[in-house]
Amino acid sequence: MNNLEYIKERFNQLPSVNDLNGLGVIRQKAFEALNKMGIPTTRHEEWKYTRIGSFFNKEYKYTEAQHALTAADLAPVRLPGYEQANELFYINGRYAPELSVVRSKGLTVQPLQEAARNEYKDIVSKHLGHSSNYLKDGIIALNTAFVQDGVFVYVKKGQIVEHPVYIYNITDARQANILAQPRTLVYVGENAQVKFAETFNTLGTQESFTNRVIEIVVEKDAITEYYKIQTDASHASQVATTHIQQIGKSYTHTVTVSLNAGLVRNNLNIVLDEQYCEAHLYGIYLQQGNSHIDNHTVVDHAKPHCESNELYKGMLDDQSTGVFNGKIFVRQDAQKTNAYQSNKNVLLSEGASVNTKPQLEIFADDVKCSHGCTIGRLDEESLFYLRSRGISERTAKSLLLHGFAVDILEQIKIAPIREYVDNLISERLEFDIA
Amino acid sequence: MQNELSAIEKTVLTDYKYGFVTEIEADEAPPGLNEDTIRFISAKKNEPEWMLEWRLKAYNHWLKMSEPTWANIKYEKINYQDIIYYSAPKQKKKVNSLDEIDPELRKTFEKLGISLDEQKRLSGVAIDAVIDSVSIGTTFKEQLGELGIIFCSISEAIQEHPELVKKYIGSVVPITDNYFSALNSAVFSDGSFCYIPKGVRCPMELSTYFRINAEGTGQFERTLLIADEGSYVSYLEGCTAPIRDENQLHAAVVELIAMENAEIKYSTVQNWYPGDKDGVGGIYNFVTKRGICQGAHAKISWTQVETGSSITWKYPSVILKGDYSVGEFYSVAVTNNHQQADTGTKMMHLGKNTRSRIVSKGISAGVSNNSYRGLVHVGKNAANARNFSQCDSLLLGDKCGAHTFPYIEVKNNTAVVEHEATTSKIGEDQIFYCNQRGIDTETAVALIINGFAKEVMNQLPMEFAVEAQKLLAISLEGSVG
Repeated sequence: MNNLEYIKERFNQLPSVNDLNGLGVIRQKAFEALNKMGIPTTRHEEWKYTRIGSFFNKEYKYTEAQHALTAADLAPVRLPGYEQANELFYINGRYAPELSVVRSKGLTVQPLQEAARNEYKDIVSKHLGHSSNYLKDGIIALNTAFVQDGVFVYVKKGQIVEHPVYIYNITDARQANILAQPRTLVYVGENAQVKFAETFNTLGTQESFTNRVIEIVVEKDAITEYYKIQTDASHASQVATTHIQQIGKSYTHTVTVSLNAGLVRNNLNIVLDEQYCEAHLYGIYLQQGNSHIDNHTVVDHAKPHCESNELYKGMLDDQSTGVFNGKIFVRQDAQKTNAYQSNKNVLLSEGASVNTKPQLEIFADDVKCSHGCTIGRLDEESLFYLRSRGISERTAKSLLLHGFAVDILEQIKIAPIREYVDNLISERLEFDIA
Repeated sequence: MQNELSAIEKTVLTDYKYGFVTEIEADEAPPGLNEDTIRFISAKKNEPEWMLEWRLKAYNHWLKMSEPTWANIKYEKINYQDIIYYSAPKQKKKVNSLDEIDPELRKTFEKLGISLDEQKRLSGVAIDAVIDSVSIGTTFKEQLGELGIIFCSISEAIQEHPELVKKYIGSVVPITDNYFSALNSAVFSDGSFCYIPKGVRCPMELSTYFRINAEGTGQFERTLLIADEGSYVSYLEGCTAPIRDENQLHAAVVELIAMENAEIKYSTVQNWYPGDKDGVGGIYNFVTKRGICQGAHAKISWTQVETGSSITWKYPSVILKGDYSVGEFYSVAVTNNHQQADTGTKMMHLGKNTRSRIVSKGISAGVSNNSYRGLVHVGKNAANARNFSQCDSLLLGDKCGAHTFPYIEVKNNTAVVEHEATTSKIGEDQIFYCNQRGIDTETAVALIINGFAKEVMNQLPMEFAVEAQKLLAISLEGSVG
């Protein structure tokens, strides 16, 4: 039996399939969409350079069983500064409340199923699944069809959440190949501030495929920072969709860090749905081996006077492949838009390749939009300059690459996280690449 | 400021000055497309058997294909059975010199400002004029013949130089390439053929002038240009059509082949009828243009000024196969009213040390949509490939759209590829600066647009540059105050 059929069968076995009050309706709809659209192939324009079909020809288990993780399993995956942080654990895609800790006040974390019935039900029904307006493919529908174990995060109006929220996605692939589908809906209330950092870890040696969706709604005058740090092993692959909807005049800041893993596809959509919104998107990828990284971003300027700024930088070594697709839409109403986008790539080996497509679609005239992209290798002259001063080739290369990466690293504003990522990258540059 | 803005947005209908119809009796095939139509065309042209077979093969392949939908354009489905695939101005007997050409026809071309008369040597351009489906005359043939240059209609070439045509036709754009090129391969009725022998530098600009005249017809011409080792040629192409409220299809194929050290410069000023201000009528322009740098140090340069057509679907490309070969693409695309353009280029870097440069300027006004779609591909073996692309868009008015879809695929780490794009409108400060110096807003806008397009205009041969500049002004007249 192929995996997709197995998934469909599992869907029908879910307990809440006929639940019309909670998430049943949206799940049913998503399931129909999945049946209609199927899993995207490379004939789909948005998936031209990324093949995920093979993940659906193999068997991956979708498990609802209780996890068997101990504190000792969790210790190595914890991010620095966790002592004060709020920690949310997803095991095999399912929220594990018994491991999770919420320390900050004004921050509410609930299973999505409950939130869909209690006082938050209006927010949930209004915003859950908004991302599917932007990504018309079966992969998001697949996640939505299994939405029941998701999480709802609510940041109260006016609340400044002092300590960051750490989200851990742990896949326990010690026994079998695992399919994990974490789902989160975040609502950041008026005037609130919150920071998130998210990581992915696969335990064991079997394969994992993570199809994660997070939707973040940002209210008036709120500030949200989001750091996605992906450092998983080469037998772990994922499609990660982050959908940010700025419904009030607000500020968002995201950094997407991708280091190795098998195949990683990041979808980042930002909808600037009110005047005077601001969005900053940064990304860095450093790939080795046969890994494949695909960053798809969409910035939708729906209202006037907004500003977006995007910078993605990549280093590709060995046989790795990189894809960047940045879309900027400027709707007819969105006059006085400023939108900037840039993608820079360094190819470090003969086998590495990159496909990039920075795309602008502009329907308003009073705008300033630009995009640029470059693909090249390390500058010979800079290398020579360093070498002539007695620096070894290895150190020189690693210095130059670190300098290339630093633009992005300094955008990580949680100090321990920045240090953590910087160390990961430096180590890799020093020992593996240079 | 308010006043000036409204002056910019003010729309006045501009007359399309090439919109007249010439009353010439035409020899037409019945509308519709089937194998008989193709046999009819082939028989009309007295073609050898291999040509007919090639056409039928293309037709059979075309039947299996479906119309592409990926381009950023919208139009009503084309009914391929309504089109007349062959229309030729009727002539009583074979003409021996240009003097014997139907005076009506000659008048048409005079009206278009094209001299078929060899007395006007001063203009110094050899022209092949194609009306509807058929080439009606080529000038300067003898003089070119002395140098060994073959410049004639493609039907003539099929008769007289079958070995060249057979060898090269379909070698750059195979019949299976795409929907419209397959259609063209099946039904093409005429076009230009040009061969420049080894080491010859063509002393004059070669030019083809295309004109759609008859009603209900489609124009499918095929151009094949071969520059042998060490030769050079500059080639111009111009097109116009009468005003009609139906949409006429134009699906052409152009193939360029540049051998070692050869250089081809291909310039187009495309001014097909763009439709009226409500978007009624106009030409659907679905064109496949591709060149190959076959040998080392070859160079192909495309320059295009696209102002006409209600729909433009066109991606002049260069396959950089020879080491050290160079590809260039310079384009100005202007869309006004309801026009839609989806145009750009493909640069396929296959050889070592190949270079390419793309400069694309899009200007949109009215409710038009203008897209740049390009591909820069650097293959595994294309060491030290270099590309620079620049796509700028200028928006005049708040109802038009400008889009860029650049695809960049790099599979070699020694390649350096750069791409940049900007979109903006004419700055109020720029207009203010001009006003302050006594230049009225209208002139200021024209000045700024001209400056915007200058980089491309400079690439045009002088004879064309002046005309193209005027054309730019006419196309945008009214929409820019």
